[in-house]
Amino acid sequence: MAVPVSDAELVQRCRAGDESAWHELVERFSRYVYAICVQAFRLSPHDAEDVFQEVFARVYEHLGRLRSDDAIRPWIAQLTRRLCIDRLRGGSRESPAELEEEAGGVDETLAALDDALTVRAGLDAVGDPCREILDRFFCRDESYRVIGEALELPAGTIASRISRCLAKLRAHLEGRS
Amino acid sequence: MTGYDIERIAELLRLLTPPPEGWTRAAQELPQARAELASIVARAEEDAAFRAKVVADLEAALEAEGIDPTPSVVAVLRVRLEAD
Repeated sequence: MAVPVSDAELVQRCRAGDESAWHELVERFSRYVYAICVQAFRLSPHDAEDVFQEVFARVYEHLGRLRSDDAIRPWIAQLTRRLCIDRLRGGSRESPAELEEEAGGVDETLAALDDALTVRAGLDAVGDPCREILDRFFCRDESYRVIGEALELPAGTIASRISRCLAKLRAHLEGRS
Repeated sequence: MTGYDIERIAELLRLLTPPPEGWTRAAQELPQARAELASIVARAEEDAAFRAKVVADLEAALEAEGIDPTPSVVAVLRVRLEAD
């Protein structure tokens, strides 16, 4: 079982100028930021890309202002939410609350994305090969055949591997492993 | 999250799809982009007229300096100019 670096440790290393830590921080939160942009606020691909890049530019520039290193996740969520609203407001007279209402179910989506990030962290802790198999199947929507070819495994074994990996991930999330 | 049934885990995994190709790499390369912009930021700090011109049109300012105004680079410049 892999022992992932904590968010706080990653932030400390980024602040110290460790570029590999910055790479890891971006990797860790890129899907989360992207999902907030396109699922919670339904931004167009063009707007989503602008917001995505601005979020990370601001995180990099203002990492020193973070009061608690553990707070990186809610900070990124809040920052992304604010920038999405700013983007939607461009040319609109509606208030942020009205825009969120129009986007529909933003809070619910954000809560689900928070849960998803927790599951994702569990997947990182479980490590490969489960991480790669589950990521390819659920997140990248790859077929058994494609996964089998990529990982040099018989396609007929992929379904059972997915099932075993899900059980392993569940055990980890429930603190049983 | 309290319940961890398999269906729910699968559903949550599906929510976090990777961003389009190149977005993550561009954000990871932000420290290099920041360094590349150092001379523009320095000029903007010293020259109010230049700063106003840059702020008015970030993309055009970058192009004039021979820098490709990608979303990542534009975002870095915007944030840098705000911070100074």
